[in-house]
Amino acid sequence: MNLDYGPEYERFRAEVRDFLDRNGQLAPDSANRAARPSAEAVAWQNLLLEHGYTARTIPREYGGYGAEPDILKARIIAEEFARAGVPGGLSNQGISMLVPTLLELGTEEQKRRWIEPTLRGEVVWCQGYSEPGAGSDLASLRTSAREENVHFVINGQKIWTSTARQADMIFCLVRTESEAPKHAGISYLIFPMDLPGIEVCPLKTMTGHAEFNETFFTDVRVPVDQIVGLRGQGWFVANATLGHERGMLGDPDALENRLLALIRLMQEEQVGSARAIDNPVLRDRLIALQAEVAAMKYNGMRVLSGQIKGEPGGMAKLIVKLQSCELAHQISALAIDTMGEMGILYADSPRQREGGTWQWNYMFQLGLIIGGGTAQIQKNIIAERGLNMPREPRLAQEASSGRKEVA
Amino acid sequence: MDFGLSPEQEMLRETVGRCLAETCPLDHVRACADSGSAASDRVMAALADIGLTGLMVPEAQGGLGMTLLDAAVVAEQLGRAVAPAPFLARSVLAPLALVLAGSPAQQAQWLPRIATGEVRFGVAIAGIVEERDGAKVRAESAGLTGTALFALDFADADHFIVADESGRLHLLDAAANGVERIALHTIDATRSVGELRLSGAAAEPLAGDGGVAARRLRDAGRILLAADSLGAGEAMIEKAVAYAGEREQFGRVIGSFQAVKHMCAEMAARHEPCRALVWYAAHAFDAAPGEAALMACHAKSHTGEVHRFVARTATEVHGGMGFTDLLGLHFWFKRIGFDRQVLGGPERVRDEAAQLQGLTATTQ
Ligand SMILES: Cc1cc2nc3c(=O)[nH]c(=O)nc-3n(C[C@H](O)[C@H](O)[C@H](O)COP(=O)(O)OP(=O)(O)OC[C@H]3O[C@@H](n4cnc5c(N)ncnc54)[C@H](O)[C@@H]3O)c2cc1C
Repeated sequence: MNLDYGPEYERFRAEVRDFLDRNGQLAPDSANRAARPSAEAVAWQNLLLEHGYTARTIPREYGGYGAEPDILKARIIAEEFARAGVPGGLSNQGISMLVPTLLELGTEEQKRRWIEPTLRGEVVWCQGYSEPGAGSDLASLRTSAREENVHFVINGQKIWTSTARQADMIFCLVRTESEAPKHAGISYLIFPMDLPGIEVCPLKTMTGHAEFNETFFTDVRVPVDQIVGLRGQGWFVANATLGHERGMLGDPDALENRLLALIRLMQEEQVGSARAIDNPVLRDRLIALQAEVAAMKYNGMRVLSGQIKGEPGGMAKLIVKLQSCELAHQISALAIDTMGEMGILYADSPRQREGGTWQWNYMFQLGLIIGGGTAQIQKNIIAERGLNMPREPRLAQEASSGRKEVA
Repeated sequence: MDFGLSPEQEMLRETVGRCLAETCPLDHVRACADSGSAASDRVMAALADIGLTGLMVPEAQGGLGMTLLDAAVVAEQLGRAVAPAPFLARSVLAPLALVLAGSPAQQAQWLPRIATGEVRFGVAIAGIVEERDGAKVRAESAGLTGTALFALDFADADHFIVADESGRLHLLDAAANGVERIALHTIDATRSVGELRLSGAAAEPLAGDGGVAARRLRDAGRILLAADSLGAGEAMIEKAVAYAGEREQFGRVIGSFQAVKHMCAEMAARHEPCRALVWYAAHAFDAAPGEAALMACHAKSHTGEVHRFVARTATEVHGGMGFTDLLGLHFWFKRIGFDRQVLGGPERVRDEAAQLQGLTATTQ
């Protein structure tokens, strides 16, 4: 086992640190939450693009930095930004999902037109996959796109569409061949959100905010060249990049930061004349979570080492989404228990702690356990791909899988 | 940067695994357990052949001079095979004690003989973790007096390393006057522990020890118990998955029922990160001593929790068969139970972890 990065990488780390020392104060308050980015966040993003601290390996002609892929440098950037408590640039579905999809399967024209403005925060995207009747079983989606001359005419409904109100564009799965089997006949279209016939209705979540939406399409006309990949291959196109969504949800640095915040809270919060952290039961729960965060951190390093050697991720990678989302939720749960009755205060209440972020997180993290493939779907993946257990007999006949079943 | 086992460690893992597959099938484990012997001569001889008695003995003293991570790799395989093989105290903690705290003369006297397997050490340090039933050992001019509980690798040890109440380590000849040995029967018939009752038994303090060595031994012991549990847990998950792929109910294999699949997936998901945690803790023991005590606590307590869950769930997947003696699944179940409690159960160890970080004002 060798955990040194070596002198070349340590030099790189020093560069990143130096950059953060000089510029860290320009960073926006918190990582933007997949909403329309603020002017501050856009400026920060552009600074990072210029220095190659985001979009590092995306070719220059598409607005990236054009560096050779280097997993360790990427890791060092993530580590140093986390250590400095500074957001690492925009992270939204456009950047994490649409850009990799276009890079892999888009036409030259699509790449030149969309990647750079997306990276710069000028074009905001939303993801139109889920439908009321097609969640975990995404392939049963029904929104239809009928071809008429040079247009697809779209009718149907999407749901849970995050940021649809702020978005300029949507990447959307539609059924182009109504008689084709479930996984065939789906196409991947990209189009503007201000086309006639698109209606977006906010869906309020349990956090009290409208984090996502219902999106309705009535005779929406989209030019046929707005398709990514081949007609009828949309399932394949979407699956090529679904893994990127899940990668976003298992970041061990984020877990470590939440745990440190929890330790601070437990040291500050007083119950009677004692600090919460001196309560043996709460403390025991804290240290148990700390061990688990450590385990996920080293599991992450193991996956990383495997990637460097070009090995498949295996079980160590398959479990990340399930374990990380659950752990994040438990960290917030302990924060709320630490606050006791104070833990129910919310929405600008007097005596509320830390602006209610623990409460917000506790609720929002429940959403993350569901979104991007539910805990049950993750367990199916672990059992079937990781442990080679048999599929459910009926699913075996259908010879394929539900939406998020992508390793 | 490379987080993981080296090719040599992978080879060690494979060699030990293969050796145990040949010498230590379940019926052999059962035979040893039934005969009341927690040590299989056959297994011990085969392990000695690949040099494991001298694993932690420096090369200058005739051993392999390996690291705690190497030892953890071996421990994992022993756990996987539920091998009735004294390893933890005899091949790891005793030589480690001498390396850490023995004088050059003590090292020269004992280490080569540990490497050849000529002397067999047990180790009694449970008292430095917690005092139960008033058991403790005092060092007096006349020798050691008192009781040491849960001496590890107890049966047929001819010498012991014993920690006194101040945490200093002593070399004790098991045949010395004033040593009474009482075997303790535990749930785990593949390991042997016992009680030393000492009344003025002549013993030799390890020369260079101010009480630090015993804590290093405790950390090493915790990490290796976690590694053992890792192997035992892995075996239980494999057995559950295999059984679920064979057993039919309602006209299909039970492994195609999602309820059963999810039990298995959850075991795997909780188990897998333990591997990275145990590796890191073992690595830290040698490479980052400042972190070792805390990481040992984390590794011990977390695997203890996860593998209790694995032990019960894997048994449950086997239905009634899991509860019988027929499949022998209980050997792994009990081994995991042993690993969880020895040298400190999870709550106790987490309390220490909090103290170590100065997170809390209360003391134990
Ligand atoms: C915060 C958040 C953001 C989201 N953002 C977007 C977005 O931007 N764009 C978008 O398209 N979608 C988005 N989604 C939708 C998300 O992908 C779906 O909610 C998710 O895939 C689950 O689908 P569902 O809600 O229809 O639940 P269902 O599929 O109806 O599941 C209900 C329950 O049944 C269980 N279940 C279903 N199938 C199985 C099975 N085979 N085995 C075992 N259990 C099963 C599920 O685990 C769950 O517990 C978001 C969701 C959330 C929570």
